Amino acid sequence: MSDDARFGLSRQLRLPGPFPLDGGTSLGEIEIAYETHGRLNAAGNNAVLICHALTGDQHVASPHPRTGKPGWWTRMVGPGKPVDPERHLIICANVLGSCMGSTGPASLDPATGTPYAMRFPVITIRDMVRAQAALLDHLGIARLRAVVGGSMGGMQALSWAATYPARVEAAVVIASAARHSAQNIAFHEVGRQAVMADPRWRGGDYYASGDPPTAGLAVARMAAHITYLSEAGLTEKFGRRLQGRPDKPGGAKSFGFDADFQVESYLRHQGLSFTDRFDANSYLYITRALDYFDLAEDHGGRLADAFRGSAARFCLISFDTDWLYPTAESRAIAHALNAAGAAVSCVELSSPFGHDAFLLDAPEMNRIVDGFLRAGE
Amino acid sequence: MTALRPDLAIIAANVARGTRVLDIGCGDGALMAALRDARGVDARGLELDPANVAAAVARGLSVMQGDADVDLVDYPAGAFDYAILSQTLQTTRRPDLVLDQLVRIGRRAFVSFPNFAHWRVRLSLLWGGRMPVTRLLPLQWYETPNIHHVTIDDFRALVAARGLAVEGSWFLSGDSLTSAAAANFRAEHAVFLLSRPD
Repeated sequence: MSDDARFGLSRQLRLPGPFPLDGGTSLGEIEIAYETHGRLNAAGNNAVLICHALTGDQHVASPHPRTGKPGWWTRMVGPGKPVDPERHLIICANVLGSCMGSTGPASLDPATGTPYAMRFPVITIRDMVRAQAALLDHLGIARLRAVVGGSMGGMQALSWAATYPARVEAAVVIASAARHSAQNIAFHEVGRQAVMADPRWRGGDYYASGDPPTAGLAVARMAAHITYLSEAGLTEKFGRRLQGRPDKPGGAKSFGFDADFQVESYLRHQGLSFTDRFDANSYLYITRALDYFDLAEDHGGRLADAFRGSAARFCLISFDTDWLYPTAESRAIAHALNAAGAAVSCVELSSPFGHDAFLLDAPEMNRIVDGFLRAGE
Repeated sequence: MTALRPDLAIIAANVARGTRVLDIGCGDGALMAALRDARGVDARGLELDPANVAAAVARGLSVMQGDADVDLVDYPAGAFDYAILSQTLQTTRRPDLVLDQLVRIGRRAFVSFPNFAHWRVRLSLLWGGRMPVTRLLPLQWYETPNIHHVTIDDFRALVAARGLAVEGSWFLSGDSLTSAAAANFRAEHAVFLLSRPD
C-alpha cells in the first residue's frame, strides 16, 4: 500500500461537482486536503478519522508547513499514543471552507477565475462531514473504527454518527456540544464584526490587494482565545503581572495603552500569529457553520432521534473549567444517547486550562480514549 | 482478574445471561467487566468519581459520570433488566427515592449494603459509646461517605412500605453466607433482589 498515492502526507483530492450543500446551493468541483498515517489493514476496518477544531487543519501529527510547529494533536495521535499509526489508518482532512488546501472562500471560483470571497456559499458542519465521507469513498473505506474530535471536531464526530450511522463504529467527542448556545453565537458575532469592521476587509475582496484584514482577524482571535482559557488558568499564568521592559525588567505601568500587562501582550501575540496562518473569510464561514450547528433541529428538536439508527459506541469527555462547551452540554448528549439506547460513556475531567485542555497534556483523557478505542479492537 | 467482592460475586452469580444491566455506583467497573466477560451481559455504569469512570472506560465499559441522587431520573423506565446498587444506598441523600428509581429503571433491582445492626456495631455503641469503625465501616464518623446508616430490618421495612417484592436475599458474615435467621444481628452485609409487582 505504500505505493498507493492516495495515502500519506500532503494529499489533495479533487472531486468533480456538483457538491450539494445544506444551504440549498451547491459547489462545483471541490478540493479536500488531507493526510494519512499508518496503513489500512487487510480487513479494511482500522480507519480512524480525526476531526479538527475551528482553526485547525490536516496536520494532526505532522509539522505545520507555515509555522513549523508539531502537529496539533501529537499528544493523542502518534506511535504509542491512543490513536496509533501502528494499529490504525489515521485520516485527518482540512474541513470544507477552511484555508489549508481544502476549498474555501480563498479558493478560485471556477466560474469567474477569481477567489470566491463572500460569494462562497455558507456551509454547515454536516457539509464538512459529507466532504469527509466523499474522501473516505475515494480511499475505499466503508466504515470507520472511530471518528475522534474535540470542540468543532467533536461536533463533526456527532454529525458523522447521525448522518452515516452505518459507517461509524465508535465516536469520541471531547469538549464539545450538540448545538451552539446563544453565548457561543454571541462570541462568534463579536469576532466576525471585528473582521468586517477592518477597512482592509473590503467586503471580503481583499485577496488581490495583498493586504488582508489582519487587525480585525487578530481582534477576533483575541476574543475567541479568552473563551478557550479559564479565569483560574489566566490568573495562574499571568495574574496582574506587568510586562518587562529593557529598562525595567520587572515591568512598569506606562499610564497609556501599551500592553502593560503580560496577559495583554500574550493575547496580542496570539492574535497576530494567527493572522499569519489563517484566512479572515474562512474564519467568518467556519464560525457561521458552528453557529448553525444544532443536531436536534433536524430531528424535530429531539436529540435522541438523531442517534436512533446508530449502533456506535460513544465516549464523551468534558473539562470542568471549560465554559465554552461546559460539561452540561456533554451530559445533554449523553442523556440523548442513553434514551436512544446507545452505549455511551461520559466523564468530566479536572483541568485548570479551560476549553484548551483537550489539546494539552491530559493523561486521563489519553487513558480513557485509549481504553475506549481498544475495547472495539 | 482478581476475585470479586463477596456481595458482587453474589450479584454476578444471580444476573441472568445476556441481560441489560445498569450498575449504579459501579466503581472501577469490576462487576460490570465480570458480567460482560462471564455472562454476556450488556452492562452500563453510573459512577461519581471521575478516576473510577476513567478506569472503567479504559476497560472498555460504558460508564456515565454522575450522581445517583440526581441523575437516575434521566434514565427511561424499564430500560434495563437489572439495576444494581452495591454498597451505595447508605451514601445517597435520599435512599428511599433512589430505591424508587431503581425499580423504575430496572425490572429488577439488586441492592447491597452494610448492616448497621450487626452485633459488632451494636457492641461498639453499647460498650464503647463511640460510632463503630469496623471492617465494612472502616472510616471515622466525620469522614465516612455513609450518611444514612441502615439495618437489614430498616431496609425490609422500607421495601414493604414501597410495596416491593423481595425475590431473593443473601446475608454475609465475614466473606461467607450466613442464614437469614437473625440476620439483622448476625450479618455484616446484605444483598437483596427486589422487583416491582406488576
